[in-house]
Amino acid sequence: MSEDIYKEIILDHYRNPRNKGKLPDSEISAQDNNPVCGDRISIDIKLENNIVSDIKFDGEGCAISQSSASILTDMLMGKTVEELSKFTKDQLLEELGTPSLGPARIKCALLSLKVLKIGTYQYLGTELPDDSEN
Amino acid sequence: MSNSSLQDIKNDFPIFSKPINGKDLVYLDSAATTQKPNEVIDSITHYYKTCNSNIHRGIYSISIEATELYENARTNIGRFIHSKSPKEIVFTRNATEAINLVANTWGSQNLKEGDSIILTEMEHHSNLVPWQILTKRLKLKLNFIKIQPNGELILDNLDDLFQENAKFLSLTHVSNVLGTINPIKNIISKAHDHGITTLVDAAQSVPHMSVNVQDLDSDFFVFSGHKMLGPSGIGVLHAKKTLLENMDPFLYGGDMISNVSLREAQWNEIPWKFEAGTPNIVGAIGLGKAVDYLNRIGMDVVHKHEQELYNYAVDKFSELKDFKIFGFENKNTTGGVISFSYSDFHPHDIASILDGESIAVRAGHHCAQPLMEKLGVPATTRASFYVYNDTSDIDKLFNGLQKVRSVLT
Repeated sequence: MSEDIYKEIILDHYRNPRNKGKLPDSEISAQDNNPVCGDRISIDIKLENNIVSDIKFDGEGCAISQSSASILTDMLMGKTVEELSKFTKDQLLEELGTPSLGPARIKCALLSLKVLKIGTYQYLGTELPDDSEN
Repeated sequence: MSNSSLQDIKNDFPIFSKPINGKDLVYLDSAATTQKPNEVIDSITHYYKTCNSNIHRGIYSISIEATELYENARTNIGRFIHSKSPKEIVFTRNATEAINLVANTWGSQNLKEGDSIILTEMEHHSNLVPWQILTKRLKLKLNFIKIQPNGELILDNLDDLFQENAKFLSLTHVSNVLGTINPIKNIISKAHDHGITTLVDAAQSVPHMSVNVQDLDSDFFVFSGHKMLGPSGIGVLHAKKTLLENMDPFLYGGDMISNVSLREAQWNEIPWKFEAGTPNIVGAIGLGKAVDYLNRIGMDVVHKHEQELYNYAVDKFSELKDFKIFGFENKNTTGGVISFSYSDFHPHDIASILDGESIAVRAGHHCAQPLMEKLGVPATTRASFYVYNDTSDIDKLFNGLQKVRSVLT
């Protein structure tokens, strides 16, 4: 791996994160961290008629984890709860433009998706599928 | 031997002979594990090709040769740390296993409810977690020697820590994050005044400086082979003979017995009492060769070489904006380790971009999460040096760090 993973979209969102902050009284709210490197992400989502009307993330960590969260929040605006629950890692990785992150950094990129899944499944009151973080 | 005589040393290490991703490897992660010289690698293939057989049992020639190679390695390694006798050298998988051995044998036999174990705040997880578990199991107490922000231990309240319930002290000789050399001889002497038994985690000291276990007077002393040019899977527990003799075995089975009937068994003599089953024969042989290699350079030269590299790096990196070395104010370091922060760039981003230049550094908490908390950072980037590094490696790291800034800002 190399600087090749630092695509323009990742650096753009790292330098100018979108949707950063907190949303009090949001319907969906979750956070998690990566114990290996200390990356931390929280996501708050406000729903109107089961549709994402506002979304924010907060946290700290490497460029990959933070830009991935920023990009993910951009992608989720206007989606239904069902679409949130079915959102796949490939959708996110395709948008990041770095399909070959390698095992060391893929967890950084997918931390935000893991937090989304934790929050969404908590909201739905169903079990988180085992493979949700992979 | 001066620094210049280490000039062509990279030629001894085959990993440096071919480019990684098109660029010469700049290996700066020797605190995690070191590269291996031809001599060590060849000793392993030599054993498998010429005298592969089990040790201590065979009457035939190649088994006798294998046994000799294994036991000579023990003697050699014992001499390297100035052990009184090779009988005080127990082969383990690594330093971690040696610590677990002591916790499960000496610890279980000699510690009881209400006793306390003293550790320091700069321990590697390997010298922390085994004691946490023993503490829970035997209802002991854990107390810690604290550290200052510059990475030095706070030693002025040792008498309070070493009160009458304190029975055991386990501490690192050299910090794997900061390179701090702890004044363990004084600490051990003070501990002994209070009747406290001591263990030294020497995983980061034996590879980098000359050590003398008799002079230090440590009771237990542990280190890993792979951090000193040896193979992985071989480590050493050095312990005073009387301690080993009074300890129960750690693992039970073949080779560690002297006599077995259907319902009973007697234990073999030390050190074999602690080496159940067929051991890592090539590991021991390879580590013996690594010791030969280091002896030829001379440990004082190794130490001086690392300090020269450290000083060169500190000078060079002072040109970088927002570059901070942890523990920098502390002069008593091996010089083998630089843990740093660089602007607000995350260590993982730094390490990934450096990897693009084939520069290998460590990013993370370095298995010392409590120390990271103390330093007030979730993680650091660590560059660590060894005999095969030179100033051109540091120049390349410097250029790599400039690239990090240009990519991320």
